Amino acid sequence: MEQSYLRTEKISVGYRGEALIRDISLSVRRGEILTLIGPNGAGKSTILKSLIRQLKLVAGTVVLDGKNMDTLSERELSTHLSVLMTDRIRPELMTCEDVVSTGRYPYTGRLGILSDQDKAVVRSAMERVHALELRDRDFLEISDGQRQRVLLARAICQEPDIIVLDEPTSFLDIRHKLELLTLLKEMVRQENLAVILSLHELDLAQRISDRVVCVKGDSIALSGTPEEVFRDDYIRQLYGITDGSYESAYGTVELEPCRGEPQVFVIGGGGKGIPVYRELQRRGIPFAAGILPENDLDYPVARALASRLISVPAYHPLEEGLEEARAVLSVCAELRCCVEDFAPLNEANRLLRDMGPGKR
Amino acid sequence: MSKRYTAAFSLLIVLLVLFMVLNVAIGSVSFTAQELIDSLLFRPGGVAIIQKIRYPRMISALLMGGALSVSGFLLQTFFGNPIAGPFTLGISSGAKVVVSVLMVFSLSRGLHISSGGMILAAFVGSLLSMGVVMLLSRQVQRTSGLVVSGVMIGYICSAITDFVVTFASDANIVNLHNWSLGSFSGLYWEQVWVMTLVVLPVLLFTFFLSKPISAYQMGEVYAQNMGVNIKVFRFLLILLSSILSGCVTAFAGPISFVGVAVPHLMKGLFSTAKPIVIIPACFLGGAVFCLGCDLLARTCFAPTELSISSVTAVFGAPIVISIMLRRRRGE
Repeated sequence: MEQSYLRTEKISVGYRGEALIRDISLSVRRGEILTLIGPNGAGKSTILKSLIRQLKLVAGTVVLDGKNMDTLSERELSTHLSVLMTDRIRPELMTCEDVVSTGRYPYTGRLGILSDQDKAVVRSAMERVHALELRDRDFLEISDGQRQRVLLARAICQEPDIIVLDEPTSFLDIRHKLELLTLLKEMVRQENLAVILSLHELDLAQRISDRVVCVKGDSIALSGTPEEVFRDDYIRQLYGITDGSYESAYGTVELEPCRGEPQVFVIGGGGKGIPVYRELQRRGIPFAAGILPENDLDYPVARALASRLISVPAYHPLEEGLEEARAVLSVCAELRCCVEDFAPLNEANRLLRDMGPGKR
Repeated sequence: MSKRYTAAFSLLIVLLVLFMVLNVAIGSVSFTAQELIDSLLFRPGGVAIIQKIRYPRMISALLMGGALSVSGFLLQTFFGNPIAGPFTLGISSGAKVVVSVLMVFSLSRGLHISSGGMILAAFVGSLLSMGVVMLLSRQVQRTSGLVVSGVMIGYICSAITDFVVTFASDANIVNLHNWSLGSFSGLYWEQVWVMTLVVLPVLLFTFFLSKPISAYQMGEVYAQNMGVNIKVFRFLLILLSSILSGCVTAFAGPISFVGVAVPHLMKGLFSTAKPIVIIPACFLGGAVFCLGCDLLARTCFAPTELSISSVTAVFGAPIVISIMLRRRRGE
């Protein structure tokens, strides 16, 4: 197994010598993305700031490429590690190209004049993040999404072995979030980079991370592969979710269901029920959902939102739930049927529809 | 882009030469071109007024204007604030207090203070008020807040200076009064040499800090990640800007607004904030600005001379106000 590129040995981090989070042991290899997740204020940023030496370690050591990081000079460290942090920078009269060029700092001479080779690296870094057309624009006048891409180009053009990013996707809309993380994933693969980042979005964390570390309270609550960490009960507990639920299969969260006697019966299946479940939940109407096999697309959402769910185990005939469904349907004032063509194996739901009140 | 730099630098150099000639040529006594040239080369036809009064005055206005602007640029970098400057932050006033205290006490005991002693006193004063500003800047993040605290420091320092002056003997007061308003008059060659020996090396050193300064413009976190030792760098910034503004205050008293107005004008002229361009530009621009202002101070109401600060304020203060207005809109 390849050795880890950066690893921490029981470090404690905090401010002014006071440890907030203790005994942190994490490690990341080249070509791997390590993601810190956890509730707001859990100390994700504190850990990252300590890893990049912006904060002094309270205890323990960080080992970078087999060397104690404290023994490296600023200059040495800057050729191995680059950052993209949340601090809002306001550089005066700098074009995006100027901002990216600052990544070449460790490689230029006394006066910081760029060589042709430096310029080529800057150019290719901007191309990589699809920001070349922004090169002459004022950095302060571009959008948040563009800004993060330019800062990513800056981080790459420092030619690091590891990049540390603190919540790079905050303030971005969904398209730009995806764009940025896709870029990051690409770089990791192509350049064999190690990446440590913190993310708010659990669904994205689950998809891009090779390893996930959960930060909560004064320690690392759990770390492992996304499969080990993203379990419904665990995420609920980590974030202290009491008014809703977390769905590991989709990496999504659902609001709390409307409880009470179901007023509407929804016949779903194949993903068609989800918009209706969500609509009823929004309007505050308790509903029953059925008859769903447990491997149906609609099942996880129905389980989170329906006040009554009629389901059968995967690959069992739906008829097993028919009797129960009939009983529930008989007390519902309305029936919503989201299925139009009933396939032969969906006969039970067709029967339900035909008996229901207020056909739709 | 480099075309713009060439054009702007050429403009500054032409203006500089023009004002150098004007400052020597124009005055209450007129001279012919031949006399000016002879004086410059110290040939027999040379005139004492030019050699002993106008030349040193012209050179000190040039050097001090440059020093003040560069000092202002360093302070703006340090505080990340476009209206930081030696005068607006009250740093010149701090230097003024210590120098005036030293002057009054030593003169009343019949001691002569050397130029070096004056610079040292001004430097100590600069560092003291710099310390106060840094403490305040942690509490006050807003641009305007920092300036208000600077103005307050200025008032406190003026009060102390007044107090000291009240107890000084009459002969001292005349000197002290002229000096404390800011003036390039009455400087000798000896002082000009000392000034040159202090200011030029410091400016050269500052120029070689262009690279870390440019990193620092990206904010501390990124500067550190680029390999800048932040503690050492911040210490150097304070040291250099205090030496520059202290040296100016020691010889010419507090001069207002040059440190804010000139860097701002230069950034506009060159359309960049890159230190490698802006530091030399600030020096040239500051020199031109102070030579022009000194010329006005001497000639506007001749033979009465204005204090240099009143002239620089007329041009500088509106620029500071415009920066504040623009900031307000931007935020």
